[in-house]
Amino acid sequence: MAMSDRLLPLSHAPKRATSETLLTRILLIGIAGLFLGTILFLPLLTVFVEATRKGWTPILESFQDPDTRSAIRLTLLVAAIAVPVNAVIGLAASWAIAKFEFRGKNLLLTLIDLPFSISPVISGVVYVLLFGAHGWLGPWLSSHGIEIIFAVPGIVLATILVTFPFVARELIPLMQSQGTSEEEAALTLGASGWYTFFRVMLPNVKWALLYGVLLCNARAMGEFGAVSVVSGHIRGLTNTMPLQIEILYNEYNFVGAFAVAALLAALALLTLVAKSALEWMFAGELAACRRH
Amino acid sequence: MDSLPSSLRQPSVIPGFGLALGLTLAALSLIVLIPLAALVLRAASIGPQAFLEVALESRTLAALRLSFGTALAAAVINSVFGLLIAWVLVRYRFPGRRIIDSAVDLPFALPTAVAGIAMTAIYAPNGPIGAIAQSMGFKVAYTPVGITIALIFIGLPFVVRTVQPVLEEVEQDIEEAAALLGASRARTVFQVVLPHVYPALLTGFALAFARGVGEYGSVIFIAGNIPEVSEIAPLLIVIKLEEFDYGGATVIATVMLVISFAMLFVINALQSWSRAKHGNV
Amino acid sequence: MLIQTRRSLFLTAAALSIALSASTSRADKVLLNVSYDPTREFYKEFNEALAADWKARTGEAISINQSHGGSGKQARAVIDGLDADVVTLALAGDIDQIAAKTDKLPKDWATKLPNNSAPYTSTIVFIVRKGNPKAIHEWSDLVKEGVQVITPNPKTSGGARWNYLAAWAYATKALNGDEAKIKTWIGDLYRNVPVLDTGARGSTTTFAQRGIGDVLISWENEAFLIQQEFGADNFEIIAPSLSILAEPPVAVVEGNAKAKSNLEAAQAYLQFLYSPTGQRLAARHFFRPVDPSAADPADIARFPKLDLVSIDKDFGGWAKAQKTHFADGAFFDQIYKPTN
Repeated sequence: MAMSDRLLPLSHAPKRATSETLLTRILLIGIAGLFLGTILFLPLLTVFVEATRKGWTPILESFQDPDTRSAIRLTLLVAAIAVPVNAVIGLAASWAIAKFEFRGKNLLLTLIDLPFSISPVISGVVYVLLFGAHGWLGPWLSSHGIEIIFAVPGIVLATILVTFPFVARELIPLMQSQGTSEEEAALTLGASGWYTFFRVMLPNVKWALLYGVLLCNARAMGEFGAVSVVSGHIRGLTNTMPLQIEILYNEYNFVGAFAVAALLAALALLTLVAKSALEWMFAGELAACRRH
Repeated sequence: MDSLPSSLRQPSVIPGFGLALGLTLAALSLIVLIPLAALVLRAASIGPQAFLEVALESRTLAALRLSFGTALAAAVINSVFGLLIAWVLVRYRFPGRRIIDSAVDLPFALPTAVAGIAMTAIYAPNGPIGAIAQSMGFKVAYTPVGITIALIFIGLPFVVRTVQPVLEEVEQDIEEAAALLGASRARTVFQVVLPHVYPALLTGFALAFARGVGEYGSVIFIAGNIPEVSEIAPLLIVIKLEEFDYGGATVIATVMLVISFAMLFVINALQSWSRAKHGNV
Repeated sequence: MLIQTRRSLFLTAAALSIALSASTSRADKVLLNVSYDPTREFYKEFNEALAADWKARTGEAISINQSHGGSGKQARAVIDGLDADVVTLALAGDIDQIAAKTDKLPKDWATKLPNNSAPYTSTIVFIVRKGNPKAIHEWSDLVKEGVQVITPNPKTSGGARWNYLAAWAYATKALNGDEAKIKTWIGDLYRNVPVLDTGARGSTTTFAQRGIGDVLISWENEAFLIQQEFGADNFEIIAPSLSILAEPPVAVVEGNAKAKSNLEAAQAYLQFLYSPTGQRLAARHFFRPVDPSAADPADIARFPKLDLVSIDKDFGGWAKAQKTHFADGAFFDQIYKPTN
């Protein structure tokens, strides 16, 4: 009941004890809008304006460039590996942390957060220290003909490191606030552990999981600093979209640079539109699962 | 791995602890801990004297102060506005809501350098907002204020996206109950609803803060990069790397890592304490 | 379990790199040229000319992969294992580092090709706003009060080291080599720099698009590119009386080229830079060819005439210049030390 009231358009919402007055609502929405406008939308607008400064033809031309195309392919490939890996790890980590009490939990949680606090530059450098020609494993790797850095595996590793906490971080607060009673109930009724995981826990957190995956994906596609260190910048081979943007920019090809940037933003928007569509399709289910 | 000493954890009927923790620890070691160990050992290899010399140089200290200070300011601002935005997105229906909801994540997708260039275009003295600020006697771009704005952009999704799912979970029954018992709306919000959200907000704050400390790509364009004034710690790392000085670079990185780790740890501890206090089910 | 995960990671990695390298091995030979930033247009055209020449002479198809980035960063990548066949960087100091830190390059690499292994040169000039409102014609104008100078940080940008050294060379001449006075003068110059970007491109944006500063110190070839991109009616190129001969050097990374059986092709690649075709293309892309006779006279006529000092004669070579001026705590760092 509460849900259906909330879905009513602003102007028709009845005055209720569980909502703010119309004036407060408008004020809050206004402040949020103003803040987002200056901090978020203006920079995005700038990117699109710069991209279209010379019309649409140069944009289409820049997407014909084989190097740009291979950068787009590589970015999609890297995200396609890094995101599922992080989703699985994130689910495991949040199950362990949210459903159990154990010593050292805060330490574990902090270690999971740590990749966020490492400067992206350093996230790349650590892999150079490990796998570079003078790194710990570098000589062994090169004598076995295995390429990690300055090749795709290094880019994937650096991306996984940078986006490591996203899914876990999205799931843990929610799963903690949900507690363990539902799982315990299912288990008491004779459900298996996996059944409980997939049929009880997962449906409860699927939207948070989706947020986590989307954030992880967005960041994986947009990561620049870490990838820049381990990529080698070989045109058409190891340049991701963000690196290609930098190179185009450095070559005084403004339109090209901002066109690829706009495409990257559009790709992120696409996944977000998909999320909105899912939310809309499953609105009823969403409401039901919230009401329990 | 299922036979972890039982003293480590409290008994529970829920299975899979060993598997989940084992997978987490294995991934954590491979992806995070071993590379970071390489970093710390590289820094340690230059010897304690040289380590302290690099770490305590006035320029290093100034850069660290700037990085942590601006990241803190940005995280505080993001906590306030991020909570407000999450609230508006979850509770109200208004035209353009879906667009805003979708766009909140974009700072993650936009390569940081692009964000930096775009932000500088707006906040430089000849940009739309920079010009207004200039006429009022402020300088935004090429000052710590500019750095803070770039970090607000970078960190905003962290706060909104950690708060949002939790806010969606808050059941309105308790609000109705509070209202029926005669609590004012403001009191209901601040004393009944928001306490549920605080742990998540704290997480968002911590993540935005941690991310801001290490941010490089977007900041260098708007910072001005004058030593001791607007030079951030990650830039010092890059300078050391340019001198082929991996030792010095890893020292600064290690110092940043240790400070960030300590802060995150305290925040996480604080959070589990607040969770225990508010007694979430 | 740990070991298994790691092995499967390596296997995935290996499979991926095979899949990746397979996609480009259609040519008989593939060279990797690791270069610095604004050389792309030049090498794009040059690589095509070279491939045609190679095919005509040997019947082999050759393709060249290009990597571009900041000069120092690129050198670091080669040191850390990027398997470049040839490096074409902004400063000899960066190639010296590769020679010092790996055994892939002989220490005397610079003697392997004519003219210190620099097939083309450039110099440092000023760019001012249209009409030159602050009347900037000479280095001495840059230290005047109220003049804002845009130049990148020499610590992070290879190109900016040439800017700094050109200024130093002028000051040495103007102040009769009095080192204390020169340092003060250089300090005054950098105190006129309101924004110290990390790269040449960042400085260009700050100057041309953000409207900050009265004069941009820049490589000559980039100055032409800036005019091309932002319009000759907005900016003027000013040549000071004295500047520095910037020699972007090239070298074969013998260790890598040998391992890939590319040694001969890599050497031929660099020698082709000195050929009439290579020299003509360099001039077309705003680099000063070492042998102007092959170039289009119209291209050569674009270069202003000015006195040029050289890094070897006037600064004792890159190793020394790097140590005296740009190393940790050296002259450049002292500028920003609080003075008492």
